[in-house]
Amino acid sequence: MKEEIIIAGFGGQGVLSMGKILAYSGIMQDQEVAWMPSYGPEMRGGTCNVSVILSDKKISSPILSKFDTAIILNQQSLDKFESRVKPGGLLVYDPNGITHHPTRTDIQIYKIDAADEAAKLGNAKAYNMIVLGAFLKVKPIVKMENVTAGLKKSLPPRHHNLIPMNEQAIKVGMEAVVKVR
Amino acid sequence: MAEKILMKGNEAIAYGAIDCGCDGYFGYPITPQSEVMETLMKVQPWETTGMVVLQAESETSSINMVYGGACCGKKVMTSSSSPGISLMCEGLSYIAGAELPCVVVNVMRGGPGLGTIQPSQGDYFQAVKGGGHGDYHPIVLAPASAQDMYDFVGEAFELAFKYRNPAMILGDGVIGQMMEKVELRPAKPRRTDEEIRALCDSWATIGNKGRHGNTITSLALDPQVQENFNIKLQKKYAEIEANEVRYSTYMTDDAEYLIVAFGCMSRIGEKVVELAREEGIRLGLLRPITLYPFPKKEIDSLVPQLKNILSLELNAGQMVEDIRLIVNGRIPVNFYGRQGGMIPDPEEILEVFKKTM
Amino acid sequence: MDINEIIKPENKVYGKTPILKDNILHYCPGCSHGVVHKIIAEVIEEMGIQDKTIGISPVGCSVFAYNYLDIDWQQAAHGRAPALATATKRLMPDKYVFTYQGDGDLASIGTAEVMHACNRGENIVIIFINNAIYGMTGGQMAPTTLLGQVTATTPYGRKAELNGYPLKITELIAQLEGTCYVTRQSVQNPAAVRKTKKAIRKAFENSMMKKGTSFVEVVSTCNSGWKVPPVQANKWMEENMFPFYPLGDMKDR
Repeated sequence: MKEEIIIAGFGGQGVLSMGKILAYSGIMQDQEVAWMPSYGPEMRGGTCNVSVILSDKKISSPILSKFDTAIILNQQSLDKFESRVKPGGLLVYDPNGITHHPTRTDIQIYKIDAADEAAKLGNAKAYNMIVLGAFLKVKPIVKMENVTAGLKKSLPPRHHNLIPMNEQAIKVGMEAVVKVR
Repeated sequence: MAEKILMKGNEAIAYGAIDCGCDGYFGYPITPQSEVMETLMKVQPWETTGMVVLQAESETSSINMVYGGACCGKKVMTSSSSPGISLMCEGLSYIAGAELPCVVVNVMRGGPGLGTIQPSQGDYFQAVKGGGHGDYHPIVLAPASAQDMYDFVGEAFELAFKYRNPAMILGDGVIGQMMEKVELRPAKPRRTDEEIRALCDSWATIGNKGRHGNTITSLALDPQVQENFNIKLQKKYAEIEANEVRYSTYMTDDAEYLIVAFGCMSRIGEKVVELAREEGIRLGLLRPITLYPFPKKEIDSLVPQLKNILSLELNAGQMVEDIRLIVNGRIPVNFYGRQGGMIPDPEEILEVFKKTM
Repeated sequence: MDINEIIKPENKVYGKTPILKDNILHYCPGCSHGVVHKIIAEVIEEMGIQDKTIGISPVGCSVFAYNYLDIDWQQAAHGRAPALATATKRLMPDKYVFTYQGDGDLASIGTAEVMHACNRGENIVIIFINNAIYGMTGGQMAPTTLLGQVTATTPYGRKAELNGYPLKITELIAQLEGTCYVTRQSVQNPAAVRKTKKAIRKAFENSMMKKGTSFVEVVSTCNSGWKVPPVQANKWMEENMFPFYPLGDMKDR
């Protein structure tokens, strides 16, 4: 198994930490992982992205031009990364604030209204976990128990009380994800 | 089984330092490597191993604190990024001239000048040819993963003490900022005062108990004395070149074409090899792990089976000059690189490579 | 009388401390360095800390200080001695660590290092030899060169509008919270030598009491650089240097 993912949105949406939890979940199931934050000129303008690779084998290039999955949280990122999903790949996006929706027909497209769901939960910080849940529903590449273990590893002990809330948010995301095509 | 932790290459440097029994870290913040000192300050190793960690007033001061610490036979280190390393070059020259062991980490960013904070390999020449004034070389290790960053700290100290010479870990922004799984090794305790005295009493400034004073200096006003010293230094480098070359290869057995790449570019190069092999092209990769000493013999022995070599670097073409010296015109040695913080992706490189076939 | 009849233990009235090596000093006749070296050697002997003392020599005339005191020495890059001393003391807190620096080394190229080491309150001793000129390179202007003073790079005398003002770095150092003892002394006569010795001893003692940095300036002569005979140099120093660089303790806590 090898999954090459790009997660992209605004700074503050929890893009980097979502990637980190995903990477840690991969470690928990004994996979090789690479987490590479936006570290190029695209950092400008408040957008933020991270590529995450999970693989059963050693990972060569951490720098990628094409992705198996794109998790997209704003218009700029959609414009930039829709074309970079491999044919047959997956695009999960939050339609909130999106005016030009994805148009490709050779990939699977799902949407998750994560901002609304977070508002319903009364917890804006749950946003990125709702998105993660949506992705894991469509592509269950990491087991839920490993996500929990990953959360434990990536959160400092004083924040472990937040784990049930995060798990709850992931479940909400799994339920709320909608297939576009 | 040892614990596996997700961490940035920069954090791995910090943990690698603590776990290999480092005595002191002296540094100054600069992007993209500030996490090294931040991690050390958070972990507070002075509470556990007794390691000293100090934020200096400049890179100049950092390297001279390293100089002072190295005089005491201690395992001392600093880390910085390109502009900061330029400031440290004076101190590095003194440390090499005084024949002292230390570790310097350079997480390279694009230059010249203040340049960019994005990754680069533009300091290859500065690192492998010396950087400061006079005839000297640091031993240069090029990590390609967070695990390398962790492991190379201890390895660099071993080499530095074995040859009483500065050792440099030449990383880049990709390796520093990327998070990967790192397997922690069992921690080595710091050397005791008695162990340091047993190992370094003939030269170190640890108090002249039972002997006359030691002097650590790189000064020799008499040109004959200086020449004799320089000849001795060159003998040491010859020994390093004979014994300490490290490299790895990927699919070179039947290769007709070779990519030579170090650090993050060797990772990208591996992917290019995989893509080329899918198309039936017999491409292989050689990754120099030590940039000084450079794997001269290893590249030379591959030349007869090759049609050409592509040097892949994040600069305007520096290592390619060393490869060309080895190949000496027998086959074409091509170069591809991006600069200023731009990173080529594997497909882009494959296209460039195919044009050279 | 034969010389061998004179050299007998019972005739001995004075012996130099064995910490001063037998090497012939390279300093010019009349130079203050030799006197200050001897003071430091005597303090080290009297305190019984020879095998616990690490000296750090600068770049300048006193770069060769390591040839004269039988202790462990580090020879620093120009101006960086306080950085070496910082690491040395922090890594070996049971050692007495001192730097020995001239005015060019300490107050010009090494201003940042000395300021920050003092401001961090490193438990070290800094001996600052101020003779208002660059000796080793042949008598150029130092940061402490007086207004009107003729040097190789101020052949018509130092002018404020061209060269700025003489730097009272010791006064600046005294303002820093990290310093515990800041004093300015001299060595032109026996009384001054005794005072300087007392100051240097106090500085060494402070460094084991975790009180912070001790800083001893010694206003000195450079008769070669000043181009006057030694006796005249002492007189010139008293008449010109002392008014601008007044002697005495600036801080003692």
